[in-house]
Amino acid sequence: MIKKSILLAAVATVGFVGVAEARDQIRIVGSSTVYPFTTVVAENFGKKTGNPTPVVESTGSGGGFKLFCAGLGVEHPDFTNASRAIKSSEIETCASNGVEAITEMKVGYDGIVMANSKASAVLELTKEQIFLALAKDVPQDGQWVPNPYMNWSDIDPSLPDEKIEILGPPPTSGTRDAFLELVMEPGCEAFAECQDLSKDDFKARAFTLREDGGFVEAGENDNLIVQKLEANPAAVGIFGYSFLDQNMDKIQGAVIEGEAPTFENIASGAYPVSRPLFVYVKLAHMGVIPGMEEFLEEYTADAAWGPEGYLSDKGLIPMPDAERAAMREAVVGKVDNVN
Amino acid sequence: MTTNAGSVTTPKEKMRATLKHRYAAEKRFQAYGIAAILIALAMLVTLFVTIIGNGFTAFQQYTVHLDVTLYPQDIDPDGTGDPEVLSKANYQSAVNDAMYALFPEATDRQARRAVRELISPGANYVIRDMVMDDPSLVGQRISVRVPLASEYDQVLKGNVDPVVDFTAFKEGSTSVDWSLSPEERLISEKQADYLQQLIRQGEVEASFNRWFFTNGDSRQPELAGIWGAAVGSMFTLMVTLALSFPIGVSAAVYLEEFAPKNRLTDIIEVNINNLAAVPSIVFGLLGLAVFLQFFGMPRSAPLVGGLVLTLMTLPTIIIASRAALKSVPPSIREAALGVGASKLQCIFHHVLPLAMPGMLTGTIIGMAQALGETAPLLMIGMVAFVVDIPGSPLDPATVMPVQIYLWSDSPERAFTERTSAAIMCLLGFLILMNAAAVLLRKRFERRW
Repeated sequence: MIKKSILLAAVATVGFVGVAEARDQIRIVGSSTVYPFTTVVAENFGKKTGNPTPVVESTGSGGGFKLFCAGLGVEHPDFTNASRAIKSSEIETCASNGVEAITEMKVGYDGIVMANSKASAVLELTKEQIFLALAKDVPQDGQWVPNPYMNWSDIDPSLPDEKIEILGPPPTSGTRDAFLELVMEPGCEAFAECQDLSKDDFKARAFTLREDGGFVEAGENDNLIVQKLEANPAAVGIFGYSFLDQNMDKIQGAVIEGEAPTFENIASGAYPVSRPLFVYVKLAHMGVIPGMEEFLEEYTADAAWGPEGYLSDKGLIPMPDAERAAMREAVVGKVDNVN
Repeated sequence: MTTNAGSVTTPKEKMRATLKHRYAAEKRFQAYGIAAILIALAMLVTLFVTIIGNGFTAFQQYTVHLDVTLYPQDIDPDGTGDPEVLSKANYQSAVNDAMYALFPEATDRQARRAVRELISPGANYVIRDMVMDDPSLVGQRISVRVPLASEYDQVLKGNVDPVVDFTAFKEGSTSVDWSLSPEERLISEKQADYLQQLIRQGEVEASFNRWFFTNGDSRQPELAGIWGAAVGSMFTLMVTLALSFPIGVSAAVYLEEFAPKNRLTDIIEVNINNLAAVPSIVFGLLGLAVFLQFFGMPRSAPLVGGLVLTLMTLPTIIIASRAALKSVPPSIREAALGVGASKLQCIFHHVLPLAMPGMLTGTIIGMAQALGETAPLLMIGMVAFVVDIPGSPLDPATVMPVQIYLWSDSPERAFTERTSAAIMCLLGFLILMNAAAVLLRKRFERRW
């Protein structure tokens, strides 16, 4: 009996490997920030067209590019989500593996918010204040000293007399990269000491976060951060706008540079901490993997990424009408050229 | 020996004095033990209370009763009954018309949008699936229950503010706490008005959430289900069982009964014991390198997941099986050999059947471990959004613990209760498997 089942298992394994070639469903990898949006499109695409629903993996932007650029063929993904633009080094990797024709599709914007529990007062912060609250070393009278600010009121008397306790994403996260670039960089530049630094030193100063307990890496799970904020009214969390949008009864977004993180403010560009989200398309797979064109059409339809579309219900901040139209033309037009 | 002044140290008294100490030490030790058990129990109870408290509401779903008229000219104009035509037909307008019929006074665009949003955006697919099952429904007026949109469902269940009391709402009270400012609320007063109208018409009802048990994953919480992940788990475990049980048992039998005792077998034994303690993500990396990159197997397939989990459970099964073989008394072997059985006959006819309950227990515990594993599956692409229910071990699939992880990371509030409900399902499975292990042991165990 045992002999038979070993034989059976061996035969089955070999047999399975043999048929593992063709693929009829789209495969998407990439950013966990774009994941909630791409999955909705994937689901609607599958239900509307009757094609198999695309499989979407959440690997992070960097991990996504790694898989996406690994080569051409059915074992490699067709799209990758990214919460940042592709880097030149990644383009090179892509090219060296034969993935040369790729198209960048901007799908909308995402705001990064700093939020705290409703039990506390709404924070009103500037980028300089956030820099002083988060940096490992801060400039003081021309010197760089380890961050001495323990309470918000130490930074500015108008801020609450509460301990600085900020929960944020780990270094692997695209949200963290964007936050450093959009807040910490300009926050540091406001100080004369920063402007004197060389480029490398500047990065080290501006992008190194404190490790004395003022900043806590809270993992990639934003729901967990929301729960911690609820339990600890003094804590402040950094995460994507869609989590604020869904938890308005528990938490409130901090006003940054005089602008509150509302849908309208992020859409109009008034709220300073927002970044574009992208989906990259592997053009060589067009026509090989069925449904890629229709998937792009579904993504770029007004019913999806428009101001009234289902993606905006999920918290994606839509691009202005003209930009959307141009992007749709560029992406769907390119599709037409390939075929 | 130094003694304190006044104390007498005859051996007997010395013994008495230490006896008191020894009794006290025993009492203390018992107290520590009881405290440890109480702490463990308290944690377990807290865990269960939170999970069940959060999750039990997910087994119910507020639904809306709709009378939908399926006009043939909209759905299947040529009357072909072709599944292709039926699956691509537009059911949304039929659903919309049914909703508008409940709110005749909502005529402007905004009001109609609000009315449409009361029910799940996937309601049309619920109807499509009904028509696909029974094409004769086209042209009829059907009565169907579709899920209420998850925001309203959560409000009625009291999971988010403003909490709305269903019965009070039905009786006409508007006892809703509007103390939160408009942008803080998941639903507006206007939306609550529509909801109340719908409830007062008697169209809303809490019913068993069958979608949770029959659907695959979805980004609409009210339509998201555990079935896709459960099937994925079953395929994965089937592959794991089919490979790890025979391989594990054969390895154990060979090592225990046939292998010579030398350096090589010692090294193998140490390695097997070490492998049992290797972090599971390592097996995932191995699976990625070997099965995906070298053999070119498909990503996200339960087949590959099963192979990776086989590697992970093999040491557990081999160790348990060897222990089971060891516990078969030598007298059995000697008796069999004594009446002229060959070594193979002795093992297969006598030793193996007696060791089987122990081997099965080890296997089931290994399987239960595999059922709860997510880390190795991350590397081979099974941590993914998969809507379609897998039909074979080669289709992309995910497994139950991964589904729990993905839901726990979703922004929609209604996924909180579904996460807990999925945990309850997974725990149910695990309890069943462990119960089976205990039962097998009780049933077939022999004592000597």
